[in-house]
Amino acid sequence: MSSDVTAAPPPAPAPEPARGPRGERLRPYLTAGSFLLPAIALLGIWIVYPTVWTVIRSFFDRAGDTFVGIDNYREIFTNDTLLKAVTNNLIWVAVVPALVTALGLIFAVMTERISWSAAFKLVVFMPIAISLFAAGITWRLMLDFDPQRGTVNAAIASVVDTVRPPGPLTGARPAGAEVVQQGGAILLREPLQPGQAALLGLTAIRAAEVPEDAVQAVQPTAPPDGIAGVVWRDFRPGGGEQGVVEPDELGIPGVTVEIRGPDGATRSTTTAPDGTFVFEDLEPRGAYTVGIGSDTFRRGYGGVEWLGSSLVTLSAIIAYIWVWAGFAMVVIAAGLAALPRDLLEAARTDGASEWQVFRRITVPLLAPVLTVVFITMLINVLKVFDIVLAVAPASVQDDAAVIALSMWRVAFTGASDFGLGSAIAVLLFVLVIPILALNIRRFRREQT
Amino acid sequence: MTTATAPAPTATAPERERMGARAVRVLTRAPTQVVLIIVALVWLIPTIGLFLTSLMSAQDASENGWWQIFTEPGLATFDNYRAIFENDDITSSLVTTALIAVGGTALPIVVAALAAYAFAWLEFPGRDWLFVIVIGLLVVPVQMALIPMFSLYNDTGIFDTVISLILFHTAFGLPFAIFLLRNFFIGIPKELLEAARMDGASEWRIFLRVVLPLGLPAIAALAVFQFIWTWNDLIVALTLARETQPITVAIFSQLRQFGANLDLISPAAFISMVIPLALFFAFQRYFVQGLLAGAVK
Repeated sequence: MSSDVTAAPPPAPAPEPARGPRGERLRPYLTAGSFLLPAIALLGIWIVYPTVWTVIRSFFDRAGDTFVGIDNYREIFTNDTLLKAVTNNLIWVAVVPALVTALGLIFAVMTERISWSAAFKLVVFMPIAISLFAAGITWRLMLDFDPQRGTVNAAIASVVDTVRPPGPLTGARPAGAEVVQQGGAILLREPLQPGQAALLGLTAIRAAEVPEDAVQAVQPTAPPDGIAGVVWRDFRPGGGEQGVVEPDELGIPGVTVEIRGPDGATRSTTTAPDGTFVFEDLEPRGAYTVGIGSDTFRRGYGGVEWLGSSLVTLSAIIAYIWVWAGFAMVVIAAGLAALPRDLLEAARTDGASEWQVFRRITVPLLAPVLTVVFITMLINVLKVFDIVLAVAPASVQDDAAVIALSMWRVAFTGASDFGLGSAIAVLLFVLVIPILALNIRRFRREQT
Repeated sequence: MTTATAPAPTATAPERERMGARAVRVLTRAPTQVVLIIVALVWLIPTIGLFLTSLMSAQDASENGWWQIFTEPGLATFDNYRAIFENDDITSSLVTTALIAVGGTALPIVVAALAAYAFAWLEFPGRDWLFVIVIGLLVVPVQMALIPMFSLYNDTGIFDTVISLILFHTAFGLPFAIFLLRNFFIGIPKELLEAARMDGASEWRIFLRVVLPLGLPAIAALAVFQFIWTWNDLIVALTLARETQPITVAIFSQLRQFGANLDLISPAAFISMVIPLALFFAFQRYFVQGLLAGAVK
């Protein structure tokens, strides 16, 4: 950088001065060289040399002193964990570039119709500034399994629980041998006849689920033409005997009890504060099934296991799209702004619908921009690393792994296998080469 | 945006016609508005959620969602942030991050500006070939260099230093930086340079006095871009350093106990986002320009 090659400049009489006089043939090399040297040195030492080194290293074993041919490459496609990483990366490649480009296009077109498009773009574009790693952490928080904490599951739960509210006694279990659980419902083992009493004892009821107006449970007495019963918390400190109403055991009010008669007809009633209920006017000698329906015991929505082994890749993809959709939108919006307005207007005046304008004019004219976005995303997605590392908990990193992440894990954690790690890096490189060729072709075309 | 409405055919009530057309337009746009409001919320909520979570103690955060702060403001406290700024590991990692980002921005810009000038305005044999190679290097994944550089850094004793990380970022930032600056420099009017050459200015002088000042917008765009890029790096520092931890690596080391360390992870993650976000908002225009010029990194 300090080399001083500036000799006295040649007097330039002609309007075409750039060429120096004879005898200074080296001059262009020297001047250009002094400008280029730092860049060439840095690129040479940090990119070109390592690239060559890594390619060679990938044919040697872990220690680096035995030539193993293509064994490392074979390992990539036979080792289950590595194969999983390659397949995962294929999923990323198949899904993300197309989705990000499509979302960007949709957002870009939609923002043309609102007055606050600048604000919208800012909001959606913003995640591009934060690290993929921090974005991953943010989404790991959003996708927490527990609907108490995970935002996404909480949102789903609030919808599901509104449509199908959880029952008042979510965890209750039958107490005693006479009461059984059947497909979510709890009922008496034996059908009853009018005149008999139904003792529906329950345990494992959380204190918070006992209604405030509950009072001491009462042993029911059935009328001759009916069935009376009690639903109660068959548990008291110290245990007590199951199937028997004892002091200090509370009745459970507000529970819907159902009976089904011999004709198959169902009737229902609700329990009183002491837990009792009664059905009257029953068939004298019919057998009645008595029980509490499954609605009473239905649990609240449990949540989707976003960070479990089967969905973790999808979760990382969601986080990644959150980061990159804004990029696609901004680039495409810039392309959109450069479209000839007259053409679009002319089509509209000729009676083309908005969809036709979009499909037949906007998209074809935008094709070059869409291609740039798509290719950029393709390269990015092949190298995806940080976001997977952040989103996937340690226990499912094998299931979430992608090529770049496996390379790092193989080479720098655990086994520290530089041979295999190099082979994975080369695979990654080979995958981006076609895209590189595409880029160079595009550049060449622009030059001419 | 501005769709010039054709003059109403009937002169009797043009005003009413126009209002009608406007109402129709507003109504047909209503679904778009609603959809985009929902999208904007979906895009905002994660960041807000992270921030509000960072205000809760680990205990509270394990039992409550961040949205409960709205109904129970008592859950919010700045204790986590106080603790973070008293945590030497975190504060020193922030300093390290800043050093890496500043160095990893300044150095590639200087080096790339020089090279870009040569590619744009100096005539020398093989220029286009060399430039094609530089474009080719654009897509080389950092993974290709991690293992050899890990060995080389260890052999030369510069492993785990800020400067070694800066150099790595510089090299990998160069292809994009050269590409972007060269494309900008080449758009500088030829007459300006030739006038300077005729006046006898050396190439260095032309570079410093003509090209650099005119290239400032591109350099600014590049600076914002490169700064955010290096600030956000994880993999390079994670691999090529141990004690020299930028903030991303510091957070990473806490990740194993995600739930238990949430009172450290969430504020640290939020702090790590503040600087790039501030830069993004302040220099949004430059950032977009940089993106549009390259759109390849």
